Amino acid sequence: MIAEIGHYALIMAVFVVLIQATLPLWGAKQGNAGLMALAKPAAQLQFILVLAAFLALTYLFVTSDFSVAVVAQNSHSAKPMLYKVSGVWGNHEGSMLLWILILAIFGAGVATFGRNLPASLRARVLAVQAMIALGFLAFIVATSNPFERIVPPPLDGNGLNPLLQDPGLAFHPPFLYLGYVGFSMAFSFAVAALIEGRVDAAWARWVRPWTLAAWCNLTLGIALGSWWAYYELGWGGWWFWDPVENASFMPWLAGTALLHSAIVVEKRDALKSWTILLAIITFSLSLIGTFLVRSGVLTSVHAFATDPTRGVFILALLVVAIGGSLTLYALRGPALKATGTFAPISREGGLVLNNFLLSIVTATVFIGTLYPLFIDAIGAPKLSVGAPYFNATFWPFMVPLLAAVPLGPILAWKRGDLLGVLQRLWFAGAVALAVLLVVWYVKFGGPVLAVFGMALATWLVVGALVELAERLKLFRIPLADSLQRARNLPRAAYGMTLAHGGLGIVVAGIVGSSAWQVETIQIMHPGDTVEVAGYQLTLEGVSEVQGPNYTSQQGTFLVSRAGSEVVRLHPEKRNYPVQRMPTTESGIHTTSFADLYTALGDRQTDGGWSVRIYYNPLVPWLWAGAIFMVIGGVVSLTDRRYRVGAPTRRRAVKALPTGSAPAGT
Amino acid sequence: MRTLLAALLLAFSLGPAFAVEPEEMLDDPALEARAREISKELRCLVCQNQSIDDSNAGLARDLRVLVRERLTAGDSNEDALRYIVDRYGDFVLLRPPVSPRTYALWFGPALLFVIAGLGLVVFFRRRQAAPAETTTPPLTEEERARLETLMDEDRKP
Repeated sequence: MIAEIGHYALIMAVFVVLIQATLPLWGAKQGNAGLMALAKPAAQLQFILVLAAFLALTYLFVTSDFSVAVVAQNSHSAKPMLYKVSGVWGNHEGSMLLWILILAIFGAGVATFGRNLPASLRARVLAVQAMIALGFLAFIVATSNPFERIVPPPLDGNGLNPLLQDPGLAFHPPFLYLGYVGFSMAFSFAVAALIEGRVDAAWARWVRPWTLAAWCNLTLGIALGSWWAYYELGWGGWWFWDPVENASFMPWLAGTALLHSAIVVEKRDALKSWTILLAIITFSLSLIGTFLVRSGVLTSVHAFATDPTRGVFILALLVVAIGGSLTLYALRGPALKATGTFAPISREGGLVLNNFLLSIVTATVFIGTLYPLFIDAIGAPKLSVGAPYFNATFWPFMVPLLAAVPLGPILAWKRGDLLGVLQRLWFAGAVALAVLLVVWYVKFGGPVLAVFGMALATWLVVGALVELAERLKLFRIPLADSLQRARNLPRAAYGMTLAHGGLGIVVAGIVGSSAWQVETIQIMHPGDTVEVAGYQLTLEGVSEVQGPNYTSQQGTFLVSRAGSEVVRLHPEKRNYPVQRMPTTESGIHTTSFADLYTALGDRQTDGGWSVRIYYNPLVPWLWAGAIFMVIGGVVSLTDRRYRVGAPTRRRAVKALPTGSAPAGT
Repeated sequence: MRTLLAALLLAFSLGPAFAVEPEEMLDDPALEARAREISKELRCLVCQNQSIDDSNAGLARDLRVLVRERLTAGDSNEDALRYIVDRYGDFVLLRPPVSPRTYALWFGPALLFVIAGLGLVVFFRRRQAAPAETTTPPLTEEERARLETLMDEDRKP
C-alpha cells in the first residue's frame, strides 16, 4: 500500500510539474499575474508530493518490505538502521529520487522565500526549475520506478554493498546532490534572466546565496568521499583522479568560478554574459556528472544503472537541457550589456584571472575524463588516461592560480596597483620564504617541488590573514578602532578569509601527503615490532570480532613512542556474509601534523599477517582545510546582505537595493 | 572510488589482498622504489582506471611481478615500460603517449589557454578603445515605483 502511495505521488508530481513548467512562463510573457502566481503553490505541492514518495521509500527500507524490488535488491533485515536509511539512496532508483527531492526542496525554497523577487523573474525561475524536474521525474517514472513490486517476494534482501555501509559514505551522496542540484538554481536564474533579457546587480545578489549553498555542500560531499576513500581502502590514498571523482570535481571547479564571477556582476555590473554562461556550464557539468555516474558509461560500481535505455534517456535529457540553454544563450547573451569597466590590473581583473584559470583547469579535467570515452566512441584503439596525466596537466594551471589568490582581494576595484599590493603582502611573502628555507633545511634531499608547495600554502594562509588585517587596519590605527572595524566588517569578508585560508591548509595537506609519506609493507607475526617515523608498532594479535552483519578479523597494534604507550590501533578486515565481500577498516592515529595509518591484510600460511603501515604527514590538514572552506561559505551565507528572504514584506522591499556594505568576498 | 570496483573484483577472487604484497617486493630498496614508480604508470587492465600499484586484482599482481623481473634483469625504467607496452598495447599506460591520436588530449588544454588568453587580451583592448560608458540603464517602471516607495519610507521619521 505504502509503495503504491509513493508511486502515485510521483505520477501526481509529473502533472504538477507540467503545470509549473508551462503556465507561469506563459503568464510572465503575457503579464498575467494570476498565471505567474501559480508557480508558488505548484512548487510547494511538487515538494510535498516528492517528499511523500521519498518518505514512502524510506518507510519501505526501514520496515524491510522485500516485496518491493529495490528494497529486496539493496537491503537486508540484519542491516543496522543507519544503513537501512542510507540504503534508500544507495541504489540507482532511490538516488534519482533523492536528486529530485533536493531539486524540489530548492524550488520550494525559492517559491516560499523569494517574495522579494520580481514576480515575472520568480515565475520564470520556477518554470525552468520545473522543466528540469519534469525531465528527471519522467526518467524515474518511465525507466527507474523505485516502487516496483516483485512476486513472489524473497525471504530476505540481498543487502547493501558493504563498501557503502560506512558513516562517511552514507552521507556522501546527499551532500554531493545538494551541491549538484543546488547549481540548478543558478542555472534556472540564468535561463530566466536570458528569457527576461535583464541581468543586474540584484539578479547576482539572488543567485549568489544559492550558488554558495550549493558550493558548500559540494565541497563537503567531495571531502567526505575523499575521507572515506582514505580510511576505508587501506592504502592511504585520498584522491585518484577517477572519472567518478572527476564527475564531482568538474562542477566544483566551475561552481567556484561562478561564485567569483557573480561578485563582479553584483558589485560592478560587468561580466554579465560570462556569468550567465558559467551558470549554464556549471549545472551542465553537474548533469554530465550524473550522466557519467548513472548511465553505466564508466562501468564502475557507481554506475548502478546497467540498462542502456536509461543511459540513452539521460543522454537525451542532457542534449535538451544543455543544447537548449546554450542556444538560448547564443540568441540572447549578446544583448546583455555590461556597464562596469575596469583595467586588467584591478579586483575585477583578478576575478577574471580566477575565472580564466579555473575554466582552463575545468576543461583539462573534462578532456582527460572524457577522452577515453571519445576515443572509444570513434573506434580508435582504446587508451587510458589516469593520475599521471592529470597531475601533469592540472598543476601547471592551478599553481599560478593559487599564487594569485592572496593578491586579488587586496587589489582595488576598477584600477589597481599591483606593486602596492605586493608591498602590502610583504609579510606573507616573508613568512612563505621563511617556511621555504626551514622546510628545505629539514627535508633536505626530499622532493624539491614540495618545498615550494609548502611555501605556496603558507603564502595562501598568511596572505588571507594579511588581507583581513588590512581591512581592519590592524597596527595602523589604535587597537580599539580595529576592533570596532572588526565588528562592522561584513560576514562575507570573514567567509573569504576562512575559505582562502582553508584552501592554503588543503594545499599543505596535498603537498605533505604526496611528498613525505612513509610506507612500510611487511609480514608481521604477533609480538613483532616495527618502527615507522619514530613510532614503534607492536602487533599484539589478531582476534575474531562479530559485528551486526559481518565478522571481522581485528588486529591490535600497540603504538609507542620513546618507550611510552601512545595508543592502541585496531585495523580490521571485515567480511560481509550476505554479499560474501570483504572490506578493510584502517586503524588511524591522528595528530595535529600527521596520521599514523595501519591496515591489516592477509593471514599468511606461517601464521603471520601482511600489514601496511603509513606515516601520512599533514593528511589531517586536508580535511581541516576543507572544513574551513565550508565554514567560510556558511559564514558568508549568514551575511545580512543575503538574508533576502527572511524579512517581513515591508522590509523585504527595503532589503533589496541597500547594498550599503562595502566590498564583499 | 574506483576502488569500489577493485573491491567488487575481490569478491570474485579467492580472498582479499592488498595491492603490493610483501612477498612481491624486491630486497634492493632502490630497485623496489623504481618498480613502484613504474607501477603507478601502468593500468590494471581489468580494473576501472586503477594503477597496478593500487590494484589487488590477480592480473595487476602478475604485472607487478613482471615489472620487478625486468628490473632485476637489468632493464631501465623505459625498457621495462616498453616491454609491457609491447605486450599489452598503449591501453596499459595511464599516461598515454603523445601521438596524433592524443594530440587533442595533450595539447588541448594549452591550446585553450592560448585561445582564451587571446580572447582576454582582445576583451581588454576593446574596453580601452571604447571610452568608459558610465551610463547606467534606465530604471523600469516597476523599479521607479519601488524607488518611490523607499524614498517615501525614508522621508517618514
